Amino acid sequence: MPTLFIPHQLRELTGGRDQLPIPEGTLRQALRSLEADYPQFVAQVRVDDGLAPGLAASIDGNFASRGLLAKIGPTSEVHLLPAVGGG
Amino acid sequence: VSKPFKVIGTRPIRHDGVDKVTGRAVYGNDVNLPGMAHGKVLRSPHAHARIKSIDTSAAEKLPGVYAVATGKDFPNLQDKIAELGEGMVNLAHLVTNCLARDKVYYKGHAVAAVAAQNAHIAEEALKLIKIEYEPLPSVTWVLDAMKPGAPILHDDLVTDELGKPGAKGTNIAKHLHFEMGDVKAGFAKADVVVEREFRLATVHQGYVEPHVSTALWNADGRITVWTVTQGSFTARQQTAELFQLPVSQVTVIPCEIGGGFGGKIRVYLEPVAALLSKKSGRPVKIQMSRADCFEGTGPTPGAYVRVKMGATKDGKLVAGEAWLAYDAGAYPAGIIGPGCMCVFSCYEIPNAVVDGYDVVLNKPQTSAYRAPGATQAAFAAEQVVDEIAEKLKIDPIEFRLKNAVKQGSRRVDGPVYPKIGFIETLEAAKNSPHYQSKLEGKNRGRGVAAGFWFNAGLKSCVSASVNADGSVNLLEGSTDIGGSRAAIAMQLAEPLGIRAEDVVPRVVDTDSVGYTDVTGGSRVTFATGWAAYEAAQQIIRQMTHRAAELWECKPEEVKFEDGVFSKNGTSLGFKDMAAKLHTKGEPIVVHAAVEPKANATNGFGVHICDIEVDPDTGKTKILRYTTVQDAGKAVHPSYVEGQLQGGTVQGIGWALNEEYFYDDVGKMRNASYLDYRMPTALDLPMIDTIIVECTNPDHPYGVRGVGETPIVPPPAAVANAIYHAVGTRMTDCPMAPHKVWKAIEEAKK
Repeated sequence: MPTLFIPHQLRELTGGRDQLPIPEGTLRQALRSLEADYPQFVAQVRVDDGLAPGLAASIDGNFASRGLLAKIGPTSEVHLLPAVGGG
Repeated sequence: VSKPFKVIGTRPIRHDGVDKVTGRAVYGNDVNLPGMAHGKVLRSPHAHARIKSIDTSAAEKLPGVYAVATGKDFPNLQDKIAELGEGMVNLAHLVTNCLARDKVYYKGHAVAAVAAQNAHIAEEALKLIKIEYEPLPSVTWVLDAMKPGAPILHDDLVTDELGKPGAKGTNIAKHLHFEMGDVKAGFAKADVVVEREFRLATVHQGYVEPHVSTALWNADGRITVWTVTQGSFTARQQTAELFQLPVSQVTVIPCEIGGGFGGKIRVYLEPVAALLSKKSGRPVKIQMSRADCFEGTGPTPGAYVRVKMGATKDGKLVAGEAWLAYDAGAYPAGIIGPGCMCVFSCYEIPNAVVDGYDVVLNKPQTSAYRAPGATQAAFAAEQVVDEIAEKLKIDPIEFRLKNAVKQGSRRVDGPVYPKIGFIETLEAAKNSPHYQSKLEGKNRGRGVAAGFWFNAGLKSCVSASVNADGSVNLLEGSTDIGGSRAAIAMQLAEPLGIRAEDVVPRVVDTDSVGYTDVTGGSRVTFATGWAAYEAAQQIIRQMTHRAAELWECKPEEVKFEDGVFSKNGTSLGFKDMAAKLHTKGEPIVVHAAVEPKANATNGFGVHICDIEVDPDTGKTKILRYTTVQDAGKAVHPSYVEGQLQGGTVQGIGWALNEEYFYDDVGKMRNASYLDYRMPTALDLPMIDTIIVECTNPDHPYGVRGVGETPIVPPPAAVANAIYHAVGTRMTDCPMAPHKVWKAIEEAKK
């Protein structure tokens, strides 16, 4: 099952849990699946229909493109990280 | 693509070469328009001050002055966040960085601007602008800015804890924390522990060409901007956002660019020139001086970094701890994120913790500089790694091989690496003629260091049209800083079976091609090249269908191999087919857009540096230097080598000489190339390069980005070399002669 890794600084919003199971599909669907149990966490990381400013998602080792439409596979690892700009 | 390449990997002459060497290429300052006014910017003499009043009346009355602008002429933008492709920007910060409104936050902060008949009148007019300042205490060292009681820059600043609000009344704009495993238990297992603290000065990208922009605010409300930028689309969006206009109202025409390295992404002059144009009714050109570039644009952060690492006696790293504080400059910046994510990115460390702080202080807002944040982190971590290897009596490359990340390794910030080439790069360095050679002589030493940068993917577009002579015009949105026209053209030519010279690449304006993200993040050859590859596939598909019409068969009966269309013994080469189709139907025109799924290509480099220190002066001479890097697949090896050499040389300058000198009231005292010492060809040997090709499975040709990683290892490699030459561990960067001399003398006591 795909897993969302919770950043250390946001774990107080998930009751201390460092990983949460999420459904296969898109990042949007994954966050939607967590809304009921972890509303504060979802409100923190999602703004409108995107990730909160300054956040990026890494899926299976790669920064994800396509915003919340990024695909999550059956065994994907998803991490929320600071967005990175290059030079 | 699995067949042997015919174009990829070759070294054709760059398409823009003749224009560049004959001086015909149009750079920003070559733009001259009928009726054009010349703009000048007045900058703050104070590092930190409140603006009590600005009186522009005398300047406005000076004959030949067309317009005067201040920050209050821009819309008053509150804390609105805009997405700019490679990152977010706070528009209130961006607009007041272009022209200050109520406060100045650094010496050199733009305060007012004038458009006049010529530059001399504009300069005279600046002198007539009366500004009453209330000077405030300033702070320019990151640890001082974090102390209780430090001068606070922004009363409303709240520490961002990965999105959560933290402390108020602070200069700490951001705090990041990453943790993996059990650090305390990890250090308890270690047989050797090394902890050191490091300081790095602020450095500038040092691009040759100063910023210059010309803008025309037309009577129909449309803005046209001619500028030097790493991203014409992001310049368009920033300009549009600052005036609260739709992006379609702004056209950005990118000129040739004399270097950027991350320093030409944020806008400085474009909106100001547009504002002056709106007020004067004329096109307005503004060019920065070198001092303006140093004092008024974003350098890369000065930093304080503390790193502690532990290893077992068999040479395995078991724990790491890093604490990083980076300059943000006048406004929150965000370079601390990649600094934290890169500090341990080369090594498998099962137990690690990283804390990072982005700290506002009275310097220009910091910007990217090739692998932003990674060089500062590597300066610290790679010296600690070197010291542990020495204590364990293990060769420094062998030690790195024992601990190197590979496919499946997890970084401290969480993600697991896909296929990467760090081990192959270390092996290539170990087996290189340089590393296999002996270095002899007094006061000579060899240093090794490794470096990592993520590299980016992002959005790219190209358009291509096939000419009747079989050549292909290629329009691209990526501004060409390092020879990317050639590398992109080659990726189009390869599938078509034509020469790179048969492609005519053009970098075009924002109205003429699809949205393309910045030339940055080592992404252009990777992503825009991928778009060119996709365009080639579309050309082949269109021409195959048209060939089927021509030969009166089904498209699937037409084969295209090695540049030849064929069907049952009938064949035509690409060029002949293009000529034939030109007379029989619509033109072949395609557009390709990509946003690669794999949005990081993971670049690793290993550097070997031989130096000699003059113990009487402390001067360090680079004797020999080899840069080894995984390029995935080198599309144009000369430009890969050029990137490796260029990044290395900039890193050596960072290591040995470059720094902003601030006086005790926060003024930079060396804002010229006379006093800001960048290395020249006379200071350096030829930088040897070794390209490793561990192909990237997520790219049609296996390409990885290469432009940024080469700046990461040099300061650490030089520091390690100095240590092995004279036995002093250099923890302050730059390692200028007076510091090395002092360290040698102190070691004698």
